[in-house]
This record gives sequence, C-alpha cells and structure tokens, in this order.
Amino acid sequence: MSIAIERSKLGIKETPFFPRLKELSTTAHWEHWGGYLSPSELESLELEYFAIRSNATVFDISPMCKYRIQGPDAEKFMNRLITRDVRKVKSGRVSYVVWCNDEGHLLDDGTIFRFGDDDFRLCCQERQWDWLISAKLGFDVQITEETDEIAAIQFQGPTTCWFLKQLGLEGVENLKTFDLKYFDWNGNQLLVSRTGFTGDLGYELWIENKKALDLWDALFALKDERHIRAIGSGALNLARIEAGFLAPHVDFLSADHVIRSTRGRTPFEIGLGWQVDFNKGQFNGRRALLKSQKDKTDRYCFVGFEIDGNKPADHSLIYYKKKQEIGHFTSAMWSPTLKMNIGMALLKLPYGDSVQEELWTEIYTEKELKYDVTMAKLKVTDRPFFRNKRRTATPPADF
Amino acid sequence: MTKKYDSIVIGGGHNGLVCAAYLAKAGQKVIVLEANEKVGGMAITSELGGVKVPTVAHIARAVHPKVIKDLGLNIEIAKANIPMIALNTDGQHLKFKGDQVSGMNGAIVSAEDIKGYKSVHRNLQRFAKFLSPMMEAKAPKLKNRDREDTWNLIKLGVKLRLLGKQDMQEFLRIALLNIGDLLEDNIDNKQLIGAAAMDACWGTHLAPRSPGSVLTAMYRETGDMKGTRGAAHIVKGGMGNITDKLLKICTDLGVNVQTNAKVSKIVVEDDCVKGVELDGGEIITAENISSNADPRRTMLDMVGAEHLDINFTRRINNIRDKGDTAKVNLVLDRLPSFKGLSEEDLKARLLVCPDILYAEHAFNHCKYGEMAAKPALEITIPSVSDSSLVNDGKHVMSIVAQYAPYKLKAGWSEDTRNQLFENVIKVLEQYAPDIRECIDVSETLSPADIAKRFNNSGGHWHHVEMQVDQMLMNRPIHGAAQYNTPIEGLYLCGAGAHPGGNVTGVPGMNAAKRILSQKK
Repeated sequence: MSIAIERSKLGIKETPFFPRLKELSTTAHWEHWGGYLSPSELESLELEYFAIRSNATVFDISPMCKYRIQGPDAEKFMNRLITRDVRKVKSGRVSYVVWCNDEGHLLDDGTIFRFGDDDFRLCCQERQWDWLISAKLGFDVQITEETDEIAAIQFQGPTTCWFLKQLGLEGVENLKTFDLKYFDWNGNQLLVSRTGFTGDLGYELWIENKKALDLWDALFALKDERHIRAIGSGALNLARIEAGFLAPHVDFLSADHVIRSTRGRTPFEIGLGWQVDFNKGQFNGRRALLKSQKDKTDRYCFVGFEIDGNKPADHSLIYYKKKQEIGHFTSAMWSPTLKMNIGMALLKLPYGDSVQEELWTEIYTEKELKYDVTMAKLKVTDRPFFRNKRRTATPPADF
Repeated sequence: MTKKYDSIVIGGGHNGLVCAAYLAKAGQKVIVLEANEKVGGMAITSELGGVKVPTVAHIARAVHPKVIKDLGLNIEIAKANIPMIALNTDGQHLKFKGDQVSGMNGAIVSAEDIKGYKSVHRNLQRFAKFLSPMMEAKAPKLKNRDREDTWNLIKLGVKLRLLGKQDMQEFLRIALLNIGDLLEDNIDNKQLIGAAAMDACWGTHLAPRSPGSVLTAMYRETGDMKGTRGAAHIVKGGMGNITDKLLKICTDLGVNVQTNAKVSKIVVEDDCVKGVELDGGEIITAENISSNADPRRTMLDMVGAEHLDINFTRRINNIRDKGDTAKVNLVLDRLPSFKGLSEEDLKARLLVCPDILYAEHAFNHCKYGEMAAKPALEITIPSVSDSSLVNDGKHVMSIVAQYAPYKLKAGWSEDTRNQLFENVIKVLEQYAPDIRECIDVSETLSPADIAKRFNNSGGHWHHVEMQVDQMLMNRPIHGAAQYNTPIEGLYLCGAGAHPGGNVTGVPGMNAAKRILSQKK
C-alpha cells in the first residue's frame, strides 16, 4: 500500500485496531502518533465530520499515553501532580486535568480515571514516564505504563448509546458525563467512560489488546441498523474546535518541549485558570502560579472568537484597531454545524481580556495562485461554540 | 506540649551554633535542637581510651575572623601555622611551610621547583583572597533585582579586573582546571606534585586529575583565621574546644540548647514553617527555622516531598553528597618512630601521597565502590602540641584516609571496617614501622559511620560536594540558594549552603544575617 505502511515494518507500531483501519482506509492518509500509525482521514474528511454530529463514529485512541497510579499515597500523589483538587473526584469518575512544571508552566493536559480510593489512571498526549518517576520520590505508589497494554476507541455521536445498549451493556444509558464503569461483555472486562473530545454525546471504550478486534467487529456488525463510521484525526479536530477544546502542540506547547524560555504558558494564559485550585494545599507549580497571579506577570490570554465572514482564519494574525499586532489564531474553522466562522486565539494581554473591542484579523485566502486579503471583525465568544443537550442528557435518546 | 520561639536551629554543629548566636545577639528567642548527646557536629573532641581525640575534624584553618570578632570567640591555639611534611619511605621527606618547600634528610628539590611551587602557591593565595569577600555575603544571583547582589557582582567584576590583565587571565584559565595539570605545568618533582595535589582533594570526591580540584585548593586558601591565609592550626583541647566555646557563647546569650532532641519533622502549614516535631512527638513552634542538617535530610526527610515541587525534589535527590573520606583515630602508648622525623617534626601535618598516580589509583577503587587498598593519608598527632589531651605519656594520632566510599559495594560492616583499618595501618607501617606496637585503642569511622553518628546524609565533610555546579548561587541547588528554601521561614545554615564546608562558621553567620534581613 502506501509508503507509510511499509514504514510500519521499520518500527512504527500498529495499534490493535490497525487491521480494520487498514481495510477501511481508501485515502491512505496516515500520521504518527506516539510511535503508532494513526489515520488522518480514512475515506472522506467531510463524511467523517458529519458522522460525528449525526451518527456514530469510531476513532482509535490506543496510542494515548496511559499510566496507572496505585498505592496508599495515590491520592496524595495525584493531588500534588495536578492543579485541581483530586479529593473531589470520586471513585467511578473521570476528570479533565492539567499539570505544570515547577515554574507553573503547563506540561500537558489529560484525564484522570479514578477506579478506587488509591487507584488512578492518567491519560494524556505526551509521554510522562520521566515526570511521574521524578514525582514518585517520597510517595508510596506504584506507577505502571499501560499505553501498549490497553486498546481504546473514542466512540462519539448521537447514536452511540444505542450501539452500546445493543452490545448488551446493561445500564450504560445511566452513565452521566464523566462517569466510568466496567461492564462484563462476552466474558471480558469492558471499561466505558462517558468522555470524549467532540462536545457531543459519546463514550470512550477501553479493553485489553487481544479483545480489541472483537469489540470493533461487534460495533460494526450493527452497521445495517444504524450508520457507523471510522474516522481520522482531521474530522475529530474539527469537532474539537467546535467544542472549544485545546489541542497540545496546536493551542499550547508543553513546557518540556519549548526551547525558548519565554514560551512556557501558565494555565491562566491559555484559559485554563479554572483548573487551578489554590486552596487545596501544595501542588506542583503552586508557588510560581501564586506569584504570577500576585505580581500579574501573565502576558497572554486564550480567547474564543466569532469571526466575520466565512473564510477560515486558522493561523491568521490578530490586530487591534487594524494596526497593532496582538496575537494569532491557533485553531480556527468555518463550522458547518453552527454555520459560523469560529476560532481560538492566543492574545497578548490586555487584549481579549479587558480590551475586547476593535479586534480584527487579517485572513489570507488563496484563489488560484492569487491571494485575497480580508480584514475581518472579531467578537469574543464563550466556549464551547457547539452546545447540544444530547451531550449531557441522561439517559441519551436512541434517535 | 508546645513552646514558642522566634527561631529554631536544627542541629548543633558549629554552623548551627554560630547561626543561633547571631540570632540571639539580635534579640531573638532561639532554641537549638541537637540529636546527639553533645553539640559540635563533626567538630568535636571525644573520649577514646581515656584520652581526648578529634573524632572527625582535626585542623582549624578557616574560622572566619568576623565570626571570631562578632561573637567574641576566643580560640586557643596549641600550635599555630603548622607545616606539612610529605612522607617518603626512605626518610627523604619534603617540608612545606607557606610558599616554601624544602627537602629533609638529603631530599633534593631543585631551585626551579622551589620557584615553581612558590608561583603556584602565590597565585592560589592571590585568587583565594580575591574570592574570599564572596564568602562573607550571600552568593549573588544574576537576575533577582536585589541591590546587594548587584553591588556584590559589580565589586567582584571590578576586583577581577584589578587583578591585572595577566592575573585575571590566569585566574580564568585555571579556575576550573585540575590541580594535577596546574602543578605539572610548573613543577617536575613528582613527590612535591603528589603531596601538593592531594592536599587540594581532602574531603571531596576529587582526585588530582579531577576537574575542579584547583577550585577546592583555592577554597582551602580563603581562610585566614589567625592572619595567615591558608595556614593550618592545632586547637588546644581539640576542635571540640571551638564548639564548646560556641555553646558557652550561645547559652550566655540566652539560647536554649537542647541535646538528645532529634527533629523528626518540620511542620509546614500553608507553605510556611510552623515548627518542628521531635522524635518523641513534642512540637516546638517558631517563626523561623534554620537547618544545620544537610539539604537532603532537611528537605526530603524533615519537610517531605509532598510540600515541594517535583523538579526541586529531583534536584535535591541528585545532590552529590556521598563522602569518600574515612577517619581512623589511634590512642598510642608511646610515640611511634617515623623514619627521619624528630618529635618536633611530629607537630606537623603528615601527608602520605608519594605521587599523583598513587592518589589516582586510590581514587579508582572508590569510583567503583571499593575502598582504596593503599589510601592517601593526612595525619596529625595533636598530643605532641597539646599535652592536655592525654595523660600517662599516651598520644593521639588522627588520620584522615582517602578514598573509602560511602556506598561500599560490599557494604560497611565490622569486617570491612577492619579491612579499612588494616589498609591504613599497612600504609603507615612503611613510614613508622613500629606503629602497630604503639596502638592502645583505635577507632575507625567509614563515611557511613560518620553519616550515622552525625546524622549527615552522605557522611560528607562538606555536606554537599564542593564543585562548581554546587557552589555559589547553586549551592546546594538552584531553587534553594541564598539560605532560603521554597518554604517560607525555612533556611539552610549548614555546610550545604554557601560558601560550603570546613569549620568556618560562615554559612551560619550568613544565614542568620539573611533571616534577620528578611524579618518583617
């Protein structure tokens, strides 16, 4: 097939779902994700995007980094690692979290799964083994890397609950957003969490590697009753922008990856200040963040915009009074569902914060080897851009 | 039971006592908590076989004149400015005094080598003098907008320029060099080079060819406690006399000094120190705590990682603080007869390191977790200068032996300790053949023993290895410099803080000044 697949023999790993993805891929658009081959698009970006909003979609998230943290000090350990108060995350719940280095600069975001009083899983984009091992000093916990042991899919779309019920997962419809539960499925432990990256109704399904294809086949066996489609990262990215989620490497960089010392960002600078709980006691970066709040040293803010017109503004520069450059869009798109031109931007303070008027973006559009330049007016908009009741409705409708 | 103080000093080593005295002088209510039954840390005089021995430290070089003056510390010297004699098996020793070197019993030192040594010595002293003002203040940070720091940096820059072009260049050339290269550039005599090179390496994880050994040589020369820079003195009553006097100064100033009071925990609330918890569960509260314990013990054992940031604890955990220096103390029935040395000569500091290769071989063992089969030795016999230590014609011999690693591959036990003792005596027998017959009682302290006895993490002389990456504003680590720690109200006042080890009192003095200057 394509060159990329040849490379898999040279060391790029195949996820447990790869045999099915390979069969479905007609465009051969692949990318690398954490050492694995992952589809950017399987058949058609447009069809895959619309399936997220109207049917059921399967995105293979097996390459996601997964770490198990267990032991008597697990809660203390997690609470010191991340900026939120882990004590408020009950057993059987998932929570979106971020964590910082000693300077209070973001290292990564992810989710924690709480299985019990002293049993957690951390899921994230970047490898964290080194950081977790450093963090372990002085804590009675065992840390296990589970990335290669557990296969996972993000199962998103309005009809996903119907599919899970067909699989015989009794009571799956009662899962609230951010709930997690183990189900007995054909004698296997299938972990279902009502989480996702699309802002839509959806679940994430976690199963041991060797049962991965059985799960896939069981879902796709229902394809004649309800439409189900495997998707690539391109479609998912559109849905996540509509949902207003940040993507690592796109909207922020891990402080561990930046070379320039000024490129680290505090959670406050990328709109994640709500994640920081100063009242819970010590957590990593707390002193630095307290100081940055006290001395008002934050230099940036992260803002959602509605953009005039219909030209996608990705990477466009933003100006104050059409003159002074104050930032740029890190993610932007024309939203087919909202029929709205939207984007998220990193701006120099105070623009986007106390100064929200007279903000413009300069969009370059190529039209057959000729560039058109448009100055489009911006309006600060709350995120998520896309809101739908079905995301949180319990039990979800069958459609 | 809870008691309230302005300041708690954890550890009654000399720096802890100095710090406590300065704080009490400024009007603070201070308590010193010492885990052992006696204060003094590694600068104590203990009873062994009915006589007094300098258990670890045996030479005073660098108690800072400011400490002496400010605290009225009267150090009685039994023998000032003792020479160093580099021993040779055939009795042809070399004698060093200041910048002079001479041969004994027919040993030949060429005029060029005498000149070469003089020039190296002169430079080391000159540069040590240039560096010494840096010791008296907190190490300046480059970017913290502190006026004192900026001023100190400017002064340092000006002084460096005032050394003159040639000396400035020479300083910058040799500052990070190894002492072996520096000496070999100027001197041919192998015995001379060996002794002078080893003398830069005592108490460190360095051998003559290790980079940074010139810096430790300069650091040694910064002391000028009795007006002679770099001179070594035998203290009357042993090194414990200094700490006994410091104890007296402290109690006179109203400091409450508690012994057998081991701190198990530093109590932290909302990022500030609240007090300490003792082994027995007693809580003592205070505004400030200064810890004379080493940084690892202070931050990881007493404070605990849960109160600290991850990279900070990682750096603390990676501090190089494993000692390589063992101590053998001998109570002798009579003076041994050293080949070619008179009784007067025994007042000197005796050195066993015939040449650089000898030291490097000894160090090689250590690198791989073994003790040196033939250790390099620094020997004093303080009882020759100070008869008050002994009675019945007995004598005390104090031997510093390098290299013996804190983490011995075979583990430290009675057997390995005996092995170390044997290795030392076998070496010594080549210079004093009757040494074995003279021994009445002996005591062997491996770095692990020193660590255990003095509650000092790696059993290291300087608490934290004296190397450029762990010095100045990076001592003990980035994030805990200038005596501060991330925890408000918690300070470091021991050898692990700037400027470092040796019996100087400077970390204690500087820490106290820092505490007082930051008091709201």
